[in-house]
Order: sequence, then C-alpha cells, then structure tokens
Amino acid sequence: MIKTVFDNLIRFLVLTLFQVFILNNVQLNGYINPYIYILFILLLPFETPKWLLLVLAFLQGLTIDMFVQTPGMHAAACVFMAFMRPFIISTISSKKEYEPGIQPSIQDLGSVWFISYATILTLSHHLVLFFAEVFHFSEFFITIQRVIYSTIITLILIIISQYVFYKPPRSIISGKI
Amino acid sequence: MRNIFLFIWKNYFFFLFLLLEIISFILIVQHNDYQKSSFINTTNDFFASVNQKINNIYDYFNLKEINRQLAEENAKLRSREIKSFNATDKNVFTVNDTTYKQDYTYIDAKVVNSSINRRKNYLTLNKGYLSGIKKDMGVISPDGVVGIVSDVSPNYATVMSVLHLDTKISAKLKKSGQIGSLVWPGINYRKGKLKDMPTHVVLHKGDTIVTSGFSAIFPEGINIGYVIGYNLKDGEMFYDVDLALAVDYNNLSYVYVVNNIFKTEQKLLENKTKND
Repeated sequence: MIKTVFDNLIRFLVLTLFQVFILNNVQLNGYINPYIYILFILLLPFETPKWLLLVLAFLQGLTIDMFVQTPGMHAAACVFMAFMRPFIISTISSKKEYEPGIQPSIQDLGSVWFISYATILTLSHHLVLFFAEVFHFSEFFITIQRVIYSTIITLILIIISQYVFYKPPRSIISGKI
Repeated sequence: MRNIFLFIWKNYFFFLFLLLEIISFILIVQHNDYQKSSFINTTNDFFASVNQKINNIYDYFNLKEINRQLAEENAKLRSREIKSFNATDKNVFTVNDTTYKQDYTYIDAKVVNSSINRRKNYLTLNKGYLSGIKKDMGVISPDGVVGIVSDVSPNYATVMSVLHLDTKISAKLKKSGQIGSLVWPGINYRKGKLKDMPTHVVLHKGDTIVTSGFSAIFPEGINIGYVIGYNLKDGEMFYDVDLALAVDYNNLSYVYVVNNIFKTEQKLLENKTKND
C-alpha cells in the first residue's frame, strides 16, 4: 500500500518536471506539443477510489497550469479524463480479469488493451484541453486538426515510455495491493 | 431534503466531477477576462522564477542567434548616430535642441517564458511595474513587432503575443502607406494575414509591411512581415494577403517595451472627440 502511494508520488513528480522542463519547450512544427504528464492519471492503480481519482487529476492539472500560466485549462481536461476512466475500463474488456495487483500497463494487460485505453483517454483529454483554450467553436476544424496531431505524438511517447520503463512481468499470485 | 442528500451521495462521483469542472472553468473564464492580475500577483512570482531558471539553461543554446541580433542592432544604431551623418545644412543642426521632441522611450526586458503552440499565446518578461512597465504598452524585438503588455506584477509582465486569437495591429504597406490590419489565423507561427487592404493597391510579393503608428502603441515603421501571396475573391472589396512574419517567436530572448510618452494625451483627445 505504502509502496503504491510512494510509486505514484514519484511518478507525479518526475512526469511534472519532465513536462515542465523539457516537453513544454518542444514544439513540433510550431503547434504540436506533447502532454505526457497525463500518464500519471493513466497509470493510477485500479483500486484507486473514484473520488481520489478526480481530486488527483485536478491537482495534477492545476500544477501544470501554474507553470504554463493557463489557470483551469489543464485541470478541466484532466478532471474530464479521470471522469471517463472508470467507464472506459469497464467498457473495453481484456482477456485477463482485473485482479488485485494488476496495473493498467502494457506488461500486465497487453498492448491492444493498453493502446485502446490510452488512445480514448488521451483523445478525451486533448479535446477538452484544446477547446477550452480556444473557447469557441468558430475554428472547429483547425482545433480538431491540432487535437489529432498532438494526440498521436503524446500516444507515441506514452507507448515508448511503457517499454523504456519495462518491468519483468510479475506473477499475479504474489501481487501486492 | 434527506432524499436530495441521498441522491447526491449515491452519485457523488458525478457531482464531484461537476464541481471540479465548474472550478476549472471559473478559472479559465477569469483568465480570459484579463482579470488574472490578482492570480498573477499572488502565485505567479514563484512559478515565474522557476520558469526563469529553466530559461537560464535554454539561453545557452541561443547565444549564437542572440549575438547576431545584437550585433545587427548595434550596427543599425551606430548608423543612426549623429557622427555618421554629414551635416548638409549647418543652420539646421546648430539649433537642434527644439527641433526634435522625444515621443517614445524604451525599456529593455528579457523573455523568461513563452509559447507559440496555442491559439492564445503569451510571453512573460522579467520586468514589471517597478521598472515602469504598464498595461497596454507595445513590445518589439530587433526584428519587429512582438506584442502588447496584458498584465503586470511588481517584477514580471505578461505580453499578449502577435500569435493570439484577438490580435489586431494597425499596419501599412511600407512603400505606399496603405493601411490594413494584421491578424493571426492560427496553426503556423511564421505566417500572418493582412486584412482590409483595398483592391486598388498594387501589391507585389516581398513587399514589406510595417506598423502604422496610429494606435499609439507602436512607433511608426516597425517591421511586421513580408507579403508572400495575395488573392482576391469575387465581389470582395479587400485583398486576402498572406504574410511571412518578420519575428521568429520561437526564438525570442531580448525585447524592448515601448513607452509612448504622449499616449494618454492622444487617447484622451480621441475619446473626447468620440463622445461629442
């Protein structure tokens, strides 16, 4: 239990610093900016209470907002993403059951499951983020274009990070909650 | 009453979601209304100082480009020095203490944070109202127009970049003086658009567009960009002009904040005329 909290705290710090120090200064083609910090919300354990999920997402979003000086924007997107998460998890099925100790990651639930899970949630985050930023629908297609390109880049980074920080598969029986 | 609480308790996930979204959107709307100065004053100094640290690191990578800009500007200034002019008519230059009056003063500042990838882009400068920067002052770089100051705290100022949904800067064609206005259509941070350029004007690719000086924010003749294409839709009164922006907003380091000494006087007079 304490190890899980500690793991997630470290992940929160590392992802926030990585986002603020490096990725916020990366601009592909002038308007594509990857937001890998949402990996924190993606990788929270299945046992996380629903209310904690929302509160953590809100805090994560607000922290990024403070650095980028867009109060509320990332927070709104993260909260929406966290709200969607339980529905997505119950909708997309996996060959393996959601047993205690399993984490929402590629090595525990397979690449097909993880990629569809990450795609839907990243897309929902980016949709809210970019529309909250423009704040009206007059440039609908330009905004959609930005959403799609940024989603693709974010997803690629998320999947790469899954393989870079690969842990050897654990046996489920010895899994800790 | 008890049933309402029970209902909220049962669906607490949805209501908590709603509550947090409402808080977020209140923050966004306040930010959009430019009422964010309070937000900046209380929290921004810490985050701005972190951003400044990050920027100090990135500065090393830009040194070459900045040296080039500064050298270029030095050359420009040196060529304006009185020594580099040949006095053609002694009578004019002997009593020149009343022939010029200063209109603009400049405050140099450093960009500590900036973005180009949003629809509403802002920059943060490392000087605030303690250095004399006020809201609505213009900001220029050696290459051209950068933006307009939107908020100030004691030690920092935020600037609404030209790369913003609401940008509208009065511009003119350098060679003929025809007036138009600059807008940014989004997506590409190197391209802008010029609106309201009447169809009888002869345009060429490569024509320089500069500020008109009408708004009293920017001095006249600061570079904005170059015409790279134009077209005319049937029945339209105005050209649709594509511009290559003169400033690389992704690579800004040192900028000047423009202080128009007579701006308040001009604005007061204009408002008075409007009210009549």
